Amino acid sequence: MATKASRAAARLMISPAVLLLLGWMIVPLSMTLYFSFLRYNLLMPGMEEFTGWTNYRFFLTDPAFTAALWNTLLLVGGVLLITTVGGTLLALLMDQPFWGQGIVRILVIAPFFVMPTVSALVWKNMFMNPVNGLFAHLAKFFGLQPYDFLAQAPLGSIIFIVSWQWLPFATLILLTALQSLDQEQLEAAEMDGAGPLSRFFYIMVPHLARAITVVILIQTIFLLSVFAEILVTTNGGPGVASTNLTYLIYMQSLLQFDVGGGSAGGVVAIILANIVAIFLMRMIGKNLEA
Amino acid sequence: MARKVTTRRKAVVTVLAWLVGLAIFFPILWIVILSFKSEGDAIKTPFEVIFSSWTFESYATVQERSNYFRHFLNSVVISLGSTVIGLVIAIPAAWAMAFVPGRRTKDVLMWMLSTKMLPPVGVLVPIYLIFRNLGLLDTRLGLVIVLTLINLPIIVWMLYTYFKEIPGEILEAARMDGASLKNELIHVLTPMAVPGIASTLLLNIILAWNEAFWTLNLTAAKAAPLTAFIASYSSPEGLFYAKLSAASTMAIAPILIMGWFSQKQLVRGLTFGAVK
Repeated sequence: MATKASRAAARLMISPAVLLLLGWMIVPLSMTLYFSFLRYNLLMPGMEEFTGWTNYRFFLTDPAFTAALWNTLLLVGGVLLITTVGGTLLALLMDQPFWGQGIVRILVIAPFFVMPTVSALVWKNMFMNPVNGLFAHLAKFFGLQPYDFLAQAPLGSIIFIVSWQWLPFATLILLTALQSLDQEQLEAAEMDGAGPLSRFFYIMVPHLARAITVVILIQTIFLLSVFAEILVTTNGGPGVASTNLTYLIYMQSLLQFDVGGGSAGGVVAIILANIVAIFLMRMIGKNLEA
Repeated sequence: MARKVTTRRKAVVTVLAWLVGLAIFFPILWIVILSFKSEGDAIKTPFEVIFSSWTFESYATVQERSNYFRHFLNSVVISLGSTVIGLVIAIPAAWAMAFVPGRRTKDVLMWMLSTKMLPPVGVLVPIYLIFRNLGLLDTRLGLVIVLTLINLPIIVWMLYTYFKEIPGEILEAARMDGASLKNELIHVLTPMAVPGIASTLLLNIILAWNEAFWTLNLTAAKAAPLTAFIASYSSPEGLFYAKLSAASTMAIAPILIMGWFSQKQLVRGLTFGAVK
């Protein structure tokens, strides 16, 4: 059993990881917090001064913030809706016996491993481009006017691209959960006369509920920080039509060099992410006890 | 499975599943095809693309024009480097938490996870400034450090869930037989832990390879890995579909293959053990 010596050794083994993460959290976080109360622009060095809540007031009352917050919600919500519904349907389909299951599974999972800049640029150019894109060729083939996806519906197009990347993740997790479903329970229900629909709603959905929650929470964490896809497709435009919170803060800090304003935005983003994180942590924590 | 499935039903499901699978996979297939076409052919209609001649020229051009290999090497160094360092730090920590759990082990684990919930943009400014002052901007070392830190919680968690599954009785038996801590580690634990460590390594390389927030913000021409290099195609000159396809194919091929091998671990690693 754990002796005093082995406890001490254990603490020693854990400490490098803990100290590093502690540093990684505390140093930049306190700097962000500190900068957020300063008037600090990299273009005007040496002019830093304490300004209280000014940065927050400017950031939160900026119309771009409202737009970005709304875009963030639409982006996260849209992708979640598409991936969880699509993922559930796909998982149900792939859970059926069919020929070539292994290969289809590989095909479906593939987009998850494509780096964000590649998938965004490929969709932007090879598919959504209004002149040379595949969709444009298709439209012309049917005698229709090609549609300029990223100019006409920038946010919708980005939602579509990001959904393509995350659908495999949702599918894979829901499929894993489906496969752990007790087959005997399903058979018993069938023998008792339950139809396919009631089997789905009364047995499968409750069983999947947990996995769906996990998918939603984890994806939300990542989706709040969508960045590369916006950078290489629309640059947040036209105007701020496809700017999310992450991209807005990036523009403010690294393109306008407004360290104070960007930091205030960073603090806001951290608070928003934490609201989601609390729910996720609770779920994972519960699982740890079981 | 005892349930009977008619052949007819199986055939219908097969057709449906293959159609959906191919539709989802199609963009990847399409860039592989375009990468073997000339620039002029790559923008034509799909039928013309398929029946045009095949060529390797784009691969050669990409290397020649932009020193592709350098960025590829950057990706390898950064993803492998951050993963190996992460493992060196995480293995002892996860081992200790799994086999010598204390009262606060669970809290430590949860806290580590919470650092992962921090949105990167929230610390973009300070990290950027620190990097600028230390001369770490656009260096491989800088990216290795950042990627090690952001993926450390995932590595610790994954290892922890694997180590947890190694039965403690085996260790006790070894101890009874007089094995020292060192022997216990080398002869008993390591062989049982290798599969878990290997899958953690694999998943983490994938995550680091595809990371596209810090790599885009902290690198320029010199240390840019493939994520950042490919992003330079967002404002190209002239025809570039075939070149973009060739660069993309080479960038995703190794990771796609690794990814297919690590499907199962992916679920476990990314859900922190919440779904197995």
